[in-house]
Amino acid sequence: MTNQIKNDFDKIVKKLKLPKKNINLRKKNLDKFINLGFPNRREEDWKFSDLNKIISSNIKDLKYFNKELFNEKKKSIIPKDVLPHKLFEHNKIVITNGIVDIIDFKYEDLKKIDIINTAENQSSNTKQSLIYLNSAFNTNYLKIVIKKNYSLNKSVIIYNFTDEKINSTNINQRLDIILEENSRLNLINFFTDYSSNNFININHEFKVEKDSILKNYIIDSKENSNIKYFNNNIDLNQNSLVENFILSTGSKFIKNEIICNLKEKYSSAFISGIINLKSNQQHEIKTNVNHLTENTKSYQLIKSILNENSKGVYQGKIFVDSKAQKTNGYQLSKAILLTENAEFDAKPELEIYADDVKCSHGSTSGCLDENSIFYLMSRGIKRKDAEKLLINGFIMDAVEKITDLEIKKLIKEIMGIIE
Amino acid sequence: MREKELEKLKEYKYGFSTDIESIKAPKGLNEKVIKFISNIKKEPKWLLEWRLKAYERLKVLKEPDWQKPKYPKINYQDLYYYSAPKSFKEKPKSLEDLDPKLLETYKKLGIPLQEQKRLNNIAVDAVFDSVSVATTFKEKLTEKGIIFCSIGEAVQKHPNLVKKYLGSVIPINDHYFATLNSAVFTDGSFVYIPEGVKCPMELSTYFRINASDTGQFERTLIIADKGSYVSYLEGCTAPMRDENQLHAANVELIALDDAEIKYSTVQNWYPGDKDGKGGIYNFVTKRGLCKGKNSKISWTQVETGSAITWKYPSCILKGDNSSGEFYSIAITNNYQKADTGTKMIHLGKNTKSKIISKGISAGFADNTYRGLVDINRNADNSRNYTQCDSLLIGNKCGAHTIPYIKNKNSLTNLEHEATTSKISDEQLFYCNQRGLNQEEAVSLIVNGFCKEVLQQLPMEFAVEAQKLVGISLEGSVG
Repeated sequence: MTNQIKNDFDKIVKKLKLPKKNINLRKKNLDKFINLGFPNRREEDWKFSDLNKIISSNIKDLKYFNKELFNEKKKSIIPKDVLPHKLFEHNKIVITNGIVDIIDFKYEDLKKIDIINTAENQSSNTKQSLIYLNSAFNTNYLKIVIKKNYSLNKSVIIYNFTDEKINSTNINQRLDIILEENSRLNLINFFTDYSSNNFININHEFKVEKDSILKNYIIDSKENSNIKYFNNNIDLNQNSLVENFILSTGSKFIKNEIICNLKEKYSSAFISGIINLKSNQQHEIKTNVNHLTENTKSYQLIKSILNENSKGVYQGKIFVDSKAQKTNGYQLSKAILLTENAEFDAKPELEIYADDVKCSHGSTSGCLDENSIFYLMSRGIKRKDAEKLLINGFIMDAVEKITDLEIKKLIKEIMGIIE
Repeated sequence: MREKELEKLKEYKYGFSTDIESIKAPKGLNEKVIKFISNIKKEPKWLLEWRLKAYERLKVLKEPDWQKPKYPKINYQDLYYYSAPKSFKEKPKSLEDLDPKLLETYKKLGIPLQEQKRLNNIAVDAVFDSVSVATTFKEKLTEKGIIFCSIGEAVQKHPNLVKKYLGSVIPINDHYFATLNSAVFTDGSFVYIPEGVKCPMELSTYFRINASDTGQFERTLIIADKGSYVSYLEGCTAPMRDENQLHAANVELIALDDAEIKYSTVQNWYPGDKDGKGGIYNFVTKRGLCKGKNSKISWTQVETGSAITWKYPSCILKGDNSSGEFYSIAITNNYQKADTGTKMIHLGKNTKSKIISKGISAGFADNTYRGLVDINRNADNSRNYTQCDSLLIGNKCGAHTIPYIKNKNSLTNLEHEATTSKISDEQLFYCNQRGLNQEEAVSLIVNGFCKEVLQQLPMEFAVEAQKLVGISLEGSVG
C-alpha cells in the first residue's frame, strides 16, 4: 500500500503543478497518514464502525490517483434527475469528482463575498488520520469569506457529483468558510453519486464570528455504494449560532462528524439528524460539542430508522470545561429497529468539569409500539400504512427542528413525507 | 508527631495498621512465587497448572489504558503476592488459637468474630491480607447444607465444586488484572447454596489489607443452586500508607434456575490523603452469570474509598427470563478517581436489566460512569432501563457519563437517561433555615440523592453506608 500511495501522491502533485512549499506541507501530512493508516475499531472513536475493515472489504485496490478526476471535457451541467423537486432560487457551487466546476452567486453582492479557489491547500488543525489524508491529497481548496454585516439573499447549494467513470478511488474535498461579524449563511450540501465503490473524504471547516448565523444542512439521499467520511469543524464566537441538520440515507457507509467549539459566551449549537437505512447500509453520526466558556447552549436530536440488515450508530459527546459555568446541554437519540437483523449502537457521552450546569442526555431504541398500530388499525388503516404513519411521525420531530422553511419543505419532499 | 497521626486518623478511622509478624512470599511475580503460594496453600496439582496457565498468558497481555483515571506504572516485580500472619502457618482450629492481635484488629474495625457477642444475624468470613482469618456461624449454616468458607478451604474440601465453577465466569484468558488474579489469587470466600435453600442469614466477607507493599488478590466464588437465595455483603478497609497499594480481586457469581443472588459492597479502602498521596488502587473484576431460567443477580455498591476505583460489576443474562440489577453510589472527594459502572449482556429471551447509578464528585475528584448494555440477536423481548445521575460539588471536579448501548434485536426496549447537576443554593438555604449547618445540609441532600440505591442495601449496611456518605464528603463545602 505504501508504495502505491507514494506513487499516486507524486502523480497528483505533478498534475496539480504545485509550488514547493505546498508540496512539503502535503508530504508532511502524507507521512502522518501513512504512519497512522485508516482508523480501525481499536480507536475509541471508531469502535462501532471499523473503517479500515469496511474499506478493505468493499473497495478492491483503492487508488489515490485517477486521471478521470481531471477529465476537463466533462465539465458538467447539473444532470436533470438530480433534483426531481421544484427548487427555490439559490446560489450554487458545483463540485464534480472533488474539483470545483461552477461557482455562481448570482443573487448576491459579490463585493461582500471573497472566494478563493485554488489547488494550493492550507493545513488543518484537526489531528486525525483521515484529515491528514485529506490535506495530502485534496485536489481543490475552496475558501469562502462572507464579509461583515452581510446576509446572503438566497441559500447556497453545493452540488457534490461523482460520475460513473470513477471507481475504487479516494476523493478528497476541502472547504473553509468564514462568516465575519454579523453575517448570515444558509448552506446546503447535496450529494449525488453516480460512481461506485469510492472512498470520499470531505473536510469542511467553519469559523463563525460574533453575532453571525450559520445554517448547515447535509443531504445524502441517493442510493450508492460509496464510502464517505464527512467532517465538519465549526468554531463559534460570541453570540453566534449554528444549526446543523443531517439527512443520512444514501451511501453504503457514511460517517458524519460534527465538531462544535463554543468558544465565546452566548454562542449556541443545534444538531439534528435522521438516519434512515435499508439493506446492508451502515451510517454513523458522531457529534462533539465542546462548551469552552460560560453561558453557552447546545441541543442535539438524532432519530434513526433501521431496516433489513442495516446498522446505525450515534456517538455524541458533550464536553463542559471547568470555566463553562451556566452551560445548557441536551442530547437525545431515538432509534426504531424494524427488522430482526438491524442493529443500533449508541454512545451518548457527557464529560463535565463545571458544577453549575444543566446537562442531560437520553437514548432509547426499540420497535414500533404495537398499541399505536392497533389504535390506527382499529380505525380502518392498513397495517402497512399505520406503520408508515408512525414512522413519519417519529422522523418529523427532527425535521421540525429545521428553521428554514424552504429547506424544511425540500427535505420533506425528498423523504416523501406528505402532510 | 503523635498529634499529627491522630489528626490523620480522624480523616480515615480505619487507617491504623496492626503490628503483626507475617510470612511473605518473596517479592516479585514469577513462576516460583506462584508455586510458593500454591504450595503453602497445599493446593492440588490441577489448580497449580491452572495458575501457571494464567501466568503464561499474563506474560503476553498488556495492561489496559483506555480508562479515564491514569496512574503511574505499577512495578509488578516490587510487590509481595502473599502475606499472612505468622501464626497462620498451621491454620488455627478455633478462635481461641487466634493471635489476640488479630482479634483486636477486627474489634477495632467493628467486626466481632466471637459469635456469642454478635447480636445481628450475619455470618462473617474475615480476610486479612492473603488469608482468611475466621469464618463465623459455620455450624448453623452447615445444618442447611450451605457451604461458607474460605476458598482455600473449599479447594481442599469441595474440589469438585471449585473445579467445576472456578473460572467459568471470569476465564483465565480475560483482561490483564483478572488474569493476574487467576495466577496469584490467595484467599477469598466460597459460598454454595444447595437446591431450594434460602440462606437464613446475610453472609459477609470483611477484607483488610495490612502489610505494606502487598497486593491483595482475593477470589470469591458464589454458587446459588436451583431455587436458592443468598444475600452477600462485602466490606473493605486498609491502613493509611504513603504508597499506593494494589487490590485486584475477582468475584464470580453463578445463579442456576430460579436462584437469586444479592451482592452488596461497601468499599472503604484508604482513599489517600488530602493531597492525593497514597491510597488503594481498587481494580476489581466482578461478574455474575445468570445461567439458569428465571435467575436473578443484583449488585449494589457503595464506593467511597480507594485512590482509584476501576470496576464494572457485570451480569451475563444467559437464561431465559433472567434479570440483572445494578445499583451504585460512587463518591469521590479530594484527589480520588473512580471509573465504574456495569455491563449487562442480554443473551436469553425476556431478559431484564436495570441500572441506577449515582455519582458524586467533590474537591479535585473525577467520577466516571461507564457502562455497556448489549442486546444480542436472540434476546427477544428484553428490556433495559438505565439511569445515571451525577452531582458536582465545586468546580474543580469532574463528572462523566460514557454509556455504550448496543442493540441487535428489534423486539427490545432500551432506555437510557442521565443528568448532571449541582446542589442548588435554594436547597441549601432551605436546610440552613431549619437549623442545619452547611455540612449537615449537604449530607442530607446527598443522602436523598442516593436514596434509591441505599434502599437496596440490607438494613445493617444501609445505616453504615449512610454515615459513610456523610463522612466522605466532609470538608468539601464551605
